[in-house]
This record gives sequence, structure tokens and C-alpha cells, in this order.
Amino acid sequence: MKKAFLALADGTVLEGRALGFEGETSGEVVFNTAMTGYQEILTDPSYKGQMVLMTCPHIGNYGISPEDNESRRTWAEGFIVNEASRRPSNWRSELSLHEYLEHHRIVGIEGIDTRFLTRHLRDHGSQAGIISHGTGANGSPDALVAKAKALPSISEQDLVGTVTCDSAYHWNEGTGAWPQRLNANGQVDPAPARQFHVVVYDFGVKQNILRRLVDEGCTVTVVPASTTAETVRILNPDGVFLSNGPGDPEGVSYAVSHIRDLIGWRPIMGICLGHQILGLALGLSAYKLKFGHHGANHPVMDLRSGKVEITSQNHNFAVRPSSAEHADGLLETPWGPFKATHVSLNDQCLEGLVGTTVPVLSVQYHPEASPGPHDSSYLFSQFRTMMEQAHV
Amino acid sequence: MPKRTDLRRILLIGSGPIVIGQACEFDYSGTQACKTLKQEGYDVVLINSNPATIMTDPDLADRTYVEPITVEVVERILEQERPDALLPTMGGQTALNVTMRLHEQGLLEKYNVQLIGANYEAINKAEDREAFKRAMHNIGVDTPLSRLIRNREDAMSFLEIVGFPAIVRPSFTLGGSGGNIAYNREEFERYVDWALLTSPVGEALIERSLIGWKEYELEVMRDLNDNVVIVCPIENFDAMGIHTGDSITVAPAMTLTDKEYQRMRDAAIRIIQEIGVDTGGSNIQFALNPANGEMIVIEMNPRVSRSSALASKATGFPIAKIAAKLAVGYTLDEIANDITKVTQASFEPTIDYVVVKIPRFAFEKFHGSNPTLTTQMKSVGEAMALGRTFKEAFQKALRSLETDRCGLLSLHGLDLYLPGDELDPAVSEHIRTVMQVAHPDRPWHIADGLRTGVSKDEIFAATHVDPWFLDQLEELVLFEQRLLNQARTHAQETPGGSILDELFNSPTELELLKDAKRLGFSDQRLAQLFDVTPSAVRAFRRDHLPANDVTYSRVDTCAAEFEAFTPYLYSTYGRECEARPTDREKVVILGGGPNRIGQGIEFDYCCVHATLALRELGIETIMVNCNPETVSTDYDTSDRLYFEPLVEEDVLNIMEVERPMGVVVQFGGQTPLKLALPLARAGIPILGTSPDAIDRAEDRERFSELITALGLRQPRNGVARSGEEAFAMASRVGYPVIVRPSYVLGGRAMQIVYDEQSLRQYIKTNIMTTAQYPLLIDQYLTDAIEVDVDAISDGADVVVAGVMEHVEEAGIHSGDSACSLPPHSLPEDLIDRIRTQTVALARDLHVVGLMNVQFAVQGIEVFVLEVNPRASRTVPFVSKAIGVPLAKLAMKTMVGHSLRALNFTDVPVTRHIAVKESVFPFTKLGNVDVLLGPEMRSTGEVMGIDQDFGWAFAKSQAAAGLSLPYDKDKGTIIMSVKDGDKSGTVDVAQRLQTLGFKLQATRGTAAYLREHGLDVESVNKVKEGRPHLVDHIKNRQAQLVVNTVGTASSHHDSLPIRREALQQNIPYFTTIQGIQAAVTAIEAMKKAPLTIKPLQDYHPA
Repeated sequence: MKKAFLALADGTVLEGRALGFEGETSGEVVFNTAMTGYQEILTDPSYKGQMVLMTCPHIGNYGISPEDNESRRTWAEGFIVNEASRRPSNWRSELSLHEYLEHHRIVGIEGIDTRFLTRHLRDHGSQAGIISHGTGANGSPDALVAKAKALPSISEQDLVGTVTCDSAYHWNEGTGAWPQRLNANGQVDPAPARQFHVVVYDFGVKQNILRRLVDEGCTVTVVPASTTAETVRILNPDGVFLSNGPGDPEGVSYAVSHIRDLIGWRPIMGICLGHQILGLALGLSAYKLKFGHHGANHPVMDLRSGKVEITSQNHNFAVRPSSAEHADGLLETPWGPFKATHVSLNDQCLEGLVGTTVPVLSVQYHPEASPGPHDSSYLFSQFRTMMEQAHV
Repeated sequence: MPKRTDLRRILLIGSGPIVIGQACEFDYSGTQACKTLKQEGYDVVLINSNPATIMTDPDLADRTYVEPITVEVVERILEQERPDALLPTMGGQTALNVTMRLHEQGLLEKYNVQLIGANYEAINKAEDREAFKRAMHNIGVDTPLSRLIRNREDAMSFLEIVGFPAIVRPSFTLGGSGGNIAYNREEFERYVDWALLTSPVGEALIERSLIGWKEYELEVMRDLNDNVVIVCPIENFDAMGIHTGDSITVAPAMTLTDKEYQRMRDAAIRIIQEIGVDTGGSNIQFALNPANGEMIVIEMNPRVSRSSALASKATGFPIAKIAAKLAVGYTLDEIANDITKVTQASFEPTIDYVVVKIPRFAFEKFHGSNPTLTTQMKSVGEAMALGRTFKEAFQKALRSLETDRCGLLSLHGLDLYLPGDELDPAVSEHIRTVMQVAHPDRPWHIADGLRTGVSKDEIFAATHVDPWFLDQLEELVLFEQRLLNQARTHAQETPGGSILDELFNSPTELELLKDAKRLGFSDQRLAQLFDVTPSAVRAFRRDHLPANDVTYSRVDTCAAEFEAFTPYLYSTYGRECEARPTDREKVVILGGGPNRIGQGIEFDYCCVHATLALRELGIETIMVNCNPETVSTDYDTSDRLYFEPLVEEDVLNIMEVERPMGVVVQFGGQTPLKLALPLARAGIPILGTSPDAIDRAEDRERFSELITALGLRQPRNGVARSGEEAFAMASRVGYPVIVRPSYVLGGRAMQIVYDEQSLRQYIKTNIMTTAQYPLLIDQYLTDAIEVDVDAISDGADVVVAGVMEHVEEAGIHSGDSACSLPPHSLPEDLIDRIRTQTVALARDLHVVGLMNVQFAVQGIEVFVLEVNPRASRTVPFVSKAIGVPLAKLAMKTMVGHSLRALNFTDVPVTRHIAVKESVFPFTKLGNVDVLLGPEMRSTGEVMGIDQDFGWAFAKSQAAAGLSLPYDKDKGTIIMSVKDGDKSGTVDVAQRLQTLGFKLQATRGTAAYLREHGLDVESVNKVKEGRPHLVDHIKNRQAQLVVNTVGTASSHHDSLPIRREALQQNIPYFTTIQGIQAAVTAIEAMKKAPLTIKPLQDYHPA
């Protein structure tokens, strides 16, 4: 079995076994605590620039199935697991994890103490790292640490530009055989008669967002991240959707200014990076978390109902509720007050915003799930309702 | 929402005795519920008939009723205590069933008691098959396809839809009996015809079979705010067709994609909402078609369950505690997560390790039982293990079972087999054959299959075990073969050299040894493979891999995302050790491991008391155990918890990390006792009675010396190492004799033998009788009364805490007979002699802590049968009967406190009498005989407590599930007794006749009774033609059955009598002493009405 090393910028080195494509790779190391959904994670564009460490002890058990992709390709820079299964077992599986990683040229490592590494990142913060299957001086632990130290920071980079689509396209596939939102009778509601046209800003969109919009009866046009507000106005959608994506919202200032021009014009919904970009457009600020939220078990409270939803999360940055907070918890913006609607019960991080005078809603987490629980699926219907009301 | 202030007093119902399917897990849940409700300021009233539980400790609830869990008794409690609410979801099916009947009889309404946790409608919807099916249909969740049919044509047309195999069940037969699985058309037609014929309403249910589907369980919590979380998805290693309780189970789910898992999670949420369990936990079982992902819900338990206990221990999420808080109005986000302290209970645990649970069985104790695993649960206990991979956890779980198997060894002598070696085709064939049947040994059978080249496809077809799991087992087998290969090569190169040095003399080779430990191989298993001693492996690892020793990780509910403040630990071979031992004064307590017959909840009770006592003294407590059902493995019972196998290697590892001032081995039964010597050898101080004293009591020769030196008597006895020696010894001792192999617990293979011919037969069937396992032969004392004594000593003073007189005669295992405290028939001077002898024994053995002595009284002679210088099975019973926490006091003596300082020098005089009765698993294990003997077979016990023996015995019977006929004037008693018992029957028959019962007896018994002036009707024995007495029992024309038997042939002939009485749940007695006690009980019940009293009133503080 071939050896591999993982070196971190702070000098920590772990030895394990080579996994996936043979080579060397680097990126910011983040851990994800979801117990299912490694394929969705590997294909989530938000992981651009990052190497993902899975805390779940066995990865690859159920193989790779075509329906479970979240984009046209994989994005994670590297993959770090405790143990990768030799042989998958699932009726839908078409490839093993190892074959998939090889095919998509993802360098990985297995057989390291992932719990140790997770604790290390928790205590010392996310940081750059490098995985190498190489031998010789260039692949020695010392050389790798030196290379890791030299890696640029993920902050303020425009990673979005590397993952967004080249040109606009239409999307018309729903969640289909994997219904996400069932009515009280356990049935999928028939598609609504009224079709809304939604323009989705692709900052690194997960396809399940698109599928969920189609489920809600939307026709979807996906546009590149750099699309101007004027172009969107010409497309004349019923609503604008700001997708998830990788990295620091400060790195996509161009998008912030386009969005600023669209607030109040049509209903807007934002998710994850989309939520952060919206936050910046509203005049709020963003900050980097110590080791981020990456998992499928994060409790978030809807402050309006007091109900708790278990959410899928994947972010390193968050929106700061800002200094201009009213006594009643409202946030002052040029578009009138915004309400903080959702908060993380783990660390009180702001998780959702809604405009009181303009039709805008955004959440930091992932109501489209995939992977993760479907508890927050209702937000897509709320977006639909916003579009319906805008038409009345 | 804050907690409810409109409630003041809450009634909690326990689950009663330990039976197959309801074990310690309900002590765990009930104890958590009691503690939680009390902390929240509620008045807690508890009923549970099981004295061996922690929950019935008088300081847990405010009012503790150790009374039978019947509608009659609970109604009396409602009347006396007037609780505002009843929490029915903590005591298993027992509590749920009683609650349902209370509601149906209008008693909850009458006493204005509100159900919290789950209401009647919700329970009914989950429990009633049809209602559940309708509810699932409403929310679009599939249930197994089925249809009621009344003729063969309909059956055939429905067969087109369900296909083979198909299940055919006649409707409305007793206990759902008579179901069949048809694999072909011919079988199907036959079963349908038969079902239509046997069904009293001419109706049958055709159901699609889900055998071979993957099985999953989700533990779901919901609060009043409709917040729902899934605590843990559990995947069964064994497919549908084997009861979950008998299945190997794994957490987290291993082979579900996110899409499949979320679909299951969505369904679980809709199910708990639709069924309407407003607050608390539920368990939902799903089946998944491995061919296409089709998902079907099997059932839902609207209460905490065995799986809840497992999920709690697997994740660190305390389901019962949180369910209790939710029941009184809290919401999940208002409850803190104890482990992380910074997060709340409204989250879903995520784990970075694998948990494997493996059940433990006891078929060897039940002659005639069928060890095939089916949908009827048959296991008596379970062990759980945690590891960083499935392979590691699995191998740890295998050795946690304590079945003398240190890993995935071969059951066919193939431990050193390598592909290419010669293989006996008969062995190969045998492996293929045994694999076809779901047997407790299936993991070992699969491994042997993999060793001998049976393909995984073939194994999958035979076992339905998911290919992923098979692949994991194959990895273990392949790894073993790598080790063997290397060992073989080196053995050829350097014959006679130190194999370990040769084997691992390069870094690459050492890497292999590191990997072996990471994969969970025990030193003992490695030693087997290399033909060296386990200590050689250990020493070699220490020398050559000092940096790769065992490490401990924390169970933290969150995969290390947050810091864990609770030291709940498991071992692995990782990079970093999170044990962080303190430098406080500390003691390690070794638990009892998986429940088995002879070693169960009583020992967990003692271990928990040990920890409570030490905490009172400010000493840090460290618990080691691997039984997920228990209170001892609750993370807040001790200061630190190591969830580890109780075998030498794993226990020594903990000692080295913790370096305690001492270790407690006398509370966990035989399991820790076996470790006393290795621990002492490793220099770990054993607290309390010395290992040498334990050896003096256990070693036959040393024990005889002790008895002789003290001038006491023991039955004549000897040891035989061969058949010839045995015959000579038996005739010297004098028949009848009790024979058994040495070093057994619970009377395994123990038998009373009346003559040489039977002894020959015994030796033939018990092949383990060899020089290695000599045969112990004791004189059997006929017509003797057995007496059990529990005593406590600090090394100087001895207090005889309880003298218990057995109801059944000596020769019946003490764990199986009923007993009364104080003795109900022995004269005081005799009891005094027993006390004096006990004190002498304790002094001579320098007992510090607990000691149990078994005596037999024959006439006026007292014989010492056995001395156990450790906690016994009866410690919790005695403690509750006399109102003194013996185990706690014993623990304190073991750390240097004198009984005088503890203010325990004498036993309080009690005016009540307590009866312990045993409970048996006979209905669940097939056609086994219910006759009692020297081999222990009971799974649990109950206590009846009252002012007189009659009522106390009556309560013990009711608590054990038998209702003695006392209010039926026209009741009939059927008797059939052996010759030796006939004279004893006269008195019983007379008293029964006086009570107004009609007597029926088989010819011989009837004639004898008539001679003595009794009015008796004769009935036929089975072989005498019909109608015979079994017909009468079947027709429920008898209210009580008395059947004692002598010879082996009469055992066989009369078996149907006892089986039928058992099936019909008609009280039966197989000893004269038993029926005598029962008649006394019936007399008492006729004389005075039922009264009940909480323990707190029996023993006012």
C-alpha cells in the first residue's frame, strides 16, 4: 500500500495511505461532520479551494451514484478520510469511491487519525494543508510543511470566478424520485399552475437548489456570477436567487454591487455565500469563523416560531449582525429594517435574514439539503409565496 | 416552554422482572426518569416488582412500590397516592400494557390522572396493527403488503401481487400462532387450506415476506413544539427475518446514501407526528429492499426501548432523561447537552467511531430449545463495543461477549488454515450447511466460509448479510492470512527461534503488527495465530512499538466539533490519547459484562452502589463495562466510564492509564472475579477480600480443609478426572449425587444422578469431562431445605444481613428457587447456628466486603454447600427487604471503613416478610421442559412483600405473571405427582378442598388421595386415552396444575402437561414445596384483602 502524507501550515504532519488520484494537492483543510453524503460534498462547488476531512469513520460504503452529483464535476481539492471502503454496496452504485477520485483526479489520503486532526483544527483553526503521495525530497514531511506555509490564504480570493458557469443556461429537472417536500398525505404536490421565472446567480450553485426551485413550479435560468443587474432586469424574472459558493464574500465585490441594484426590484432569496453577499450589499459586514460550520446536524432556531430545524451547513464566513442593531433586534439598512430570523443554537451565529419592507429572505445554511436533513425545505415555498405576493 | 407547574405528583411504571425482550435497559430508562423528575421538583411515585433494579432504591423515588404490576395494584396506588400524571413510556411493553388497560377500564379518568409522554390514542395507533397500517397509509408510508382472504381463489390472485416467499397466517388464533412461509405454489396452497381450516373465523392473512431486506432502526425524539430529532440511525448486520434484539446491530447506519437516509428520516418524522407521540422518544423500524431501495415501515414503539438504551450509549445522547424532561413540558432547545455543555439537546448526534452490538444467547441451558434465530427474540443479553472502524468495534464486541472466543476464530479447527492447504471436503460441506441457518454463531460460520473460499455471493445468498459487512469480515480474514503466511515462512526459515522477533524484524513487518491492533485483534488472538502466549505478544509490542500503544477517545455526540467535558471513553489505536486521567484518589469498578443466565442486573445494581458509595467518600470512581443496557454504563453514574471488554488485555490497559488505588472485583459477578488473579499479578491492589481467600473458597480441596478446620459439615464429595474415577467416587459418596464440570457458573450442565447407569449417560453427553475439566461429584441431600445467607464483614466484625429459606428443596438451583426472608419455617435455634457458622467462615476467610453462603438443612443437620466471598445475586433483594444498602456499606468497608464506624452492627428487626420468586423464559425458546433442577435457567426475579408469608408469596406469584385462583369458588385443581410426593400431597389436597376447590388427579394420585378420605375425580394421563388432562388444560377447565415427576421416562410423558399449562398461562407447580406455599398464599388471600405499602413505609428513615 502506498504511503501518503498530510502536512499543515502549522507544521503538523500525518502519515497515511494514498487514496484516489496519485499526486499532490493543497487547499484549506476543513472538517465535515455529516455521516452521509460524501459524493454531494465532493461535487459541491463551495468546497473549491478546500480539502475536506470527513469525521465519519467509513467513507465510500455505498459507492457513487449518478443521481447524487451536486454539480457537473468535483470541486474539493483533496479528500481526507479515516477509512475508504474497498468495495461499495448499494443498488444504485456505479463506481467505487477510489475509482471516482481517480477519475476526477482528486488526491486523497486515508488511514490517518481523523479525530486527532479534527480536534487539532477545532483548537487551532482551519488552515492550509497539503496532501502528497510523492516520495523523495520533494515529498518529505519538511518540504511539505514548507509548501503548506507558503500557500495563499483563502480569504479575499475570488474563488467564485473559478466555479461559476461560463454562460447562462436553463434548468428544468426536479428532485423527482427523491421527493423532498411531501404534503400531509405523503404525496408530492402537483406542480403549481402558475410558473415563476427565477434567475439564479451561480456563485457555485448546488444542483439541488435548482431541483427544489423546479419542484416549486419555477422555470430556472442560471446566470454567471458576473452578470450585471441590467442583464437580469432584461431577463425579467419573477425572482432572483443568490446561490451558495466557495470562499470569502469580500472576494466577490462585483456581485455585491449588482445585487445591491436588485434589492427591492424583485423578491430575492439567498443561501450561504448568497446570503453573505446579500449581507454585504445591505451594508452589513462578514467575518471568518475559527473552523466554520460543516455538517448535517446543526440546530438553527427560527426566531419567529421558536421552532428548531436541523440543518445542513457549510460555511467558513458569516454575516455580522452589525452595529446598527435596533433595540428590537431589527437591523437598519438602506432598504429599511431587516429582521434576524434564524440563529445557530450552537454558537449564536446569525443564520437568516428577512426584509421587513422589501421581499428579501436569506439563510446561511442549506435548505436544499443534499446532503442533510430536509427540515428547512419550507424556505423554498416561502420564496414562492414572496413571488406570488409580489404579483398581486 | 418552561416545565409544567400544574403537575405535582407523577406515577412511573417500571417493567418488572428481567425477561427475554425486557432487560436492564428499563432500569436504565426508569432510573434516568426518576432522577430527572425528582430534580425537576416533582413527587415521584414508582411501581416495579423487580427488587434488583436501581430505580427501586428507596432514595430514587419518593414512594416506591415493590408490588406486582397489575391493574388491580396500580389502581390501588392511584387511590392511595392520587398522582396528577402517569408516565407510561419508561417501563417497556409491561408499563404500556397496564396503562392501556387502566385507560380502557376508565380508571385514569376515575382518579383524574393524565397520561404524559404518550396518550392512549397514540399508543393504540402504534400498537394496533390495523390502526397503524391505516395511519401509515394516510401519510404515504408503505407497510408490508397484505390482504385478508376467505378462500383459495382470492389467495391465489393475491399471490400474483406478493410473490414468493409469502407469509400465510390464520386469523384470530392464540398468540398469532400458525404462521407459515411458503416458498412455492404447492406449499402456498397447502398453507392456505390449513390456515382457513384452523382459523376460527375461516380467514387468513396473506403477507408479502420481507426476509432478506435490510433492516434499520431510527430513534426519534419529539417535543411539544413539534421539534423532532433523530438520535441515531442503526443498521442491522442481520437482515429481516431475525429479531432486532437477536441481530448484530451497527451505528451509524453503514450502507445508506444520503438520499435514502433522508427519505427514511422524513418518514420517521411524519410517523411520529401522525401517531401523535407528543413528547419523548420512539423507535421506528424500517426495511429496505437491497435490490431497488424500496422502503417499508415495520413497526413503531411509542416509548423508550432496548434500542433507545443502545442509541444512548452509542452516541452519548441520554434519551430517557431527555424524554422525561420533554414529558413535563420542556422543549429540546431548553435542555443542555451534558457532554459538550455549550450545546443543547435539539441537535442530532454525529459520531466518528463505529458501534457494534452483539447479542448473547443461552441455548445450552435449555435442553430441547431451538437455536435458530427467528422473529421471536431469544437472546438473554448483549455486549456493545466502540472502535474507530467497524472491524475494530466488531472484534472488540466479539471478545466482550465472554464466550471464550477472543475474536473471529475458527469453529472448524481452521485457525491456521491457508488457501492451498488440504481441506477435508466434509468440513467444507459442513460450513456451507451451517451457514444456511441463522444461528448465534453465524459471524464465525461466515468467517470459516471466507477462510475456505466460499464466495461472498454464496454467503450473501445464504445469510442475506449485506455485502459491505461481508467485505469487512473478509478483510479481517485476509489480514489474518497475511499474518499466518508470514508466520509460516519464518517458521520454516528459523525453526525453533522466537517467532515474534523473526516475524517482525523490519519496520514494514512491524507496520503489520500495528495494523493488527488497529483492526481490533486481541493479543490473545494474535497469540493463537503465532502459537505464543498473549503476554509474549503484549511484551513484544511494548518493547518494539512503544509509541503505538492503546489510546482512548471520548464519546462526545459531535465528532469532536466541540470539546467533551464528560470522560466517556473507548479504546482504539490512534495518535492521541484523550483519557487525561486525574491525579485524584480513585478506584476502578469492574462491571458484569453482558447479561446471561446467572449473571445479570443484580450485579449491575451492586456495581452502581459501589460507585455511589465511593462518591459519597469523595473518591473518584471509574467504571468499566460493556453492557449497553445498564445503569452502570450511564455516563453520569461514575466519574469516568470506560466502555470496554472485560477481558485481561483491555482491563490491564485501563489500569496502566488510570493507576487507581485499587480495583473492585467482587461486585460484577464471575466476570471480574476471573480477572482478580491476573490483576493482582500485575500489581493492581484488589480491594476487599483477598484473591487468596477467594481461591480458598473456590478451590475444592482448600475449601474442604477450611470446613474441616472450622468443624463444619459439607456434603461428601470428590473430584473425578476420568469416567472410571467418577464411578468409584460416586459410589463412595453414595447415590444420589450431584455432578457438574468444575469452574462453572449458574449450574451449567449440573445434574442430579440417581444411579451408575445415569452417571454413565451423563458422562457420555457431557464430553467436556476430561482431565482439563474434572467432574465434581457431591452427595445429594434428599429432602433438605436450602438456605442462602448474605453477610458483610469489615475484616473484624461480621453482620449476617439476611437469612433466606428456599421454598423449593435443595438440589434446585438457588437462582431458580423462590425464597423467603426471614425464613418462614425454620426454627430460631437453627437459624442461629447458621448465623454462627457464617460468622466463623467470614472471620476465617478474612472477608472484607460481602459474602454469600449456601447451606442445606437436613433434619437438624446443617451442611455448608458453597461459600462465595463476593456480592451475590440476592444482595439487592436482601437490601430492599431489610432496608439497608448492603453493597454500599460493603464498598465502604473495602476502602477501610469499619462496620462500627458505618453504624451497621446489627440488622433491624422487621415485621414483614419478603419473598423472592424467579422468572423463566420457557415460552420463548421452543419445546423446553419447565421442570426445575440444579442448572439455573431463570432470567429474572420479583419480590413480594407483606405482613405474612402467604400474602408475600401470593404477590410474588402475581408479580411473576401467575394469578393464583383465590376468588373462584368453583375452581378445579389438577394433580399428578410422583410416588415420593404422594404423602405430602394429602395435606395440600385437604386444604384446597376446604378452600372449595374441586380436585382432579391422575389415577395413581387420585387413588392415594381417596384412600386418605378425599373426594377426587380421576383424569386420564395422555397415554391413557382421551379426554386426558392436557385436553382439560387446553379447555381451560383447570385453574391450577400440580405436577411432580421422578424418573426420566415420566419426565418425557408428562412434558405436555407442563408445556400446555405454560402456554395457557395456568399456574403450575412442579414441586410439593411450591404448591404448599401456593396454598398458604390462597388461604391468605381469602382471609384478608390486598394491601400495598411503599418501601419507604416499610423502612421509615
